[in-house]
Amino acid sequence: MDAFYIIATASLFAISCSILGAFLILRKMAMVGDAISHAVLPGIVIAFLFTGSRDSITMIIGAGILGVFTTFLIEFFHRRARLQADAAIGVTFTWLFALGVIMVSLFAGQIDIDQDCVLYGEIAYVPLDLWISESGINFGPRALYVASGILIINLIFLFIGYKQLYITTFDPQYAATIGVGVTLWNYLLMGSVSMTTVAAFESVGAILIVALMVVPSACAYLLTQRLEQMILLGVLISIFISVVGYYLAAMIDGSIAGGIVTVSGCLFLMILLTQVLKKRGAKTTVSSPENLG
Amino acid sequence: MKVEATNPAVEFHDLTVSYDKKPVLWNIDMTLPQGALIGIVGPNGAGKSTLIKAAMGLLPLGSGYVRLFNQSLDEVRHRVSYVPQRESVDWDFPTSVLDVVLMGRYGKLGLFRRPSNTDKEIAMNCLKKVGMEAFTKRQISQLSGGQQQRVFLARALAQEADIYFMDEPFAGVDAATESALLGILQGLAKEGKTVVVVHHDLQSAAEFFDWIVLLNLRLVACGPIKDVFTNKLLQDTYGGKLTVLAEVGELVKNREIPSREKY
Repeated sequence: MDAFYIIATASLFAISCSILGAFLILRKMAMVGDAISHAVLPGIVIAFLFTGSRDSITMIIGAGILGVFTTFLIEFFHRRARLQADAAIGVTFTWLFALGVIMVSLFAGQIDIDQDCVLYGEIAYVPLDLWISESGINFGPRALYVASGILIINLIFLFIGYKQLYITTFDPQYAATIGVGVTLWNYLLMGSVSMTTVAAFESVGAILIVALMVVPSACAYLLTQRLEQMILLGVLISIFISVVGYYLAAMIDGSIAGGIVTVSGCLFLMILLTQVLKKRGAKTTVSSPENLG
Repeated sequence: MKVEATNPAVEFHDLTVSYDKKPVLWNIDMTLPQGALIGIVGPNGAGKSTLIKAAMGLLPLGSGYVRLFNQSLDEVRHRVSYVPQRESVDWDFPTSVLDVVLMGRYGKLGLFRRPSNTDKEIAMNCLKKVGMEAFTKRQISQLSGGQQQRVFLARALAQEADIYFMDEPFAGVDAATESALLGILQGLAKEGKTVVVVHHDLQSAAEFFDWIVLLNLRLVACGPIKDVFTNKLLQDTYGGKLTVLAEVGELVKNREIPSREKY
């Protein structure tokens, strides 16, 4: 049962990440996902200091606000200060993350968060943190509920906003001329990224979250030429890497999150290789003499 | 030299636009007529694209205003269509020709509705008009430059607007596409729609448009082509650097435009 809980939690988070990641990649903003995943740290600490609770919802709200603030800062540095986009991202998130690290060490006595946990997470603990009602009924691991909730929110977001996300991603100028709020949808997407990141960071860690945002969608991008299919394939790949990654980790007795991302990286390389070979194959058939005549 | 339109579709009033506090358009004040094919002509960096972006509300205005059918853009947004420069989007985006054209319907759909069968029919009709009906399912990265431009035009047509602002629709397209596009634009103008085109090639400008706006940071001239396409005004616009201008001016005067070299 533990294996099931871990795989299910990982899959649900990975699916959420891949849905958002598809849009991030197409907006050439994959590294913004990276930035947000690090920059939310001070938000988490502040949320904890204010409320004194470590429950997920407080933290998600705190981090969500910081995430949107990060996006705002990046846009601000990029547009107003005329800094290159990548430099703006680099300045913003390292600074905010450093702030978070200092806060964690400063309030270390009061906060039950340590830096290892923030960076690497530990999905193996998922089955230990159970949601048990006052009457003593065991509902299963808490993280599973958080992951499901986040996925439902992301699916609703995708369902309602698909058209708007699609058009603002493909051609933001045109979208603005027909009256679609380009800035609004950008911040909604970044808000969802922040929310998903912070919900998942306890389990998967801030660094590996980035992999879940980018790699499954990048694999899907190589495989298809339609956005709907890209999202769907991203979801399937997310489930696949969660299952295989878990058993890889179990086999070598290593980190589960590490296993999942290792598998996703290998999968990406394999897909890339087959695509390259396929293209080369197509070229040779075209240029071979019997096809030219 | 400025001719005001009797029945204006677009009015620019004292428009100034700046990038980083440096003005790129100064005091543009003019009216454009309804039902005409209008060319915005001027040298590189004259602010041609900036002008139509300002009209579409894509840039903050330093001063002045733009009115369409004597209303603000927000009131008539559904009657206005914009064709951005082809290079402004990523053509490797995973989407099909039909899906791009369907975007033209989004303005009418609002937040929750999905494109209906009627929307798809309209999109298909627009693809037929631009001669791209055979490419509906094609991924957009597999299109040539001219085909990409046709798809953008089809998307604008799907909006069923009354004013079209187009940014360099003829840039880098083949001769066949050029004449096909021109035919469509002339058709639109005949139906009483107003088509405003940013254009950089003077020779073909003389052939294409009924009404010309000569622009170089400020408005040099605007009016019917026979009044505006003169030697002197063209030299004012381009700084007299191009001697070929003189000949173009003469040709226009006599409306004896030789068919240009087709490549």
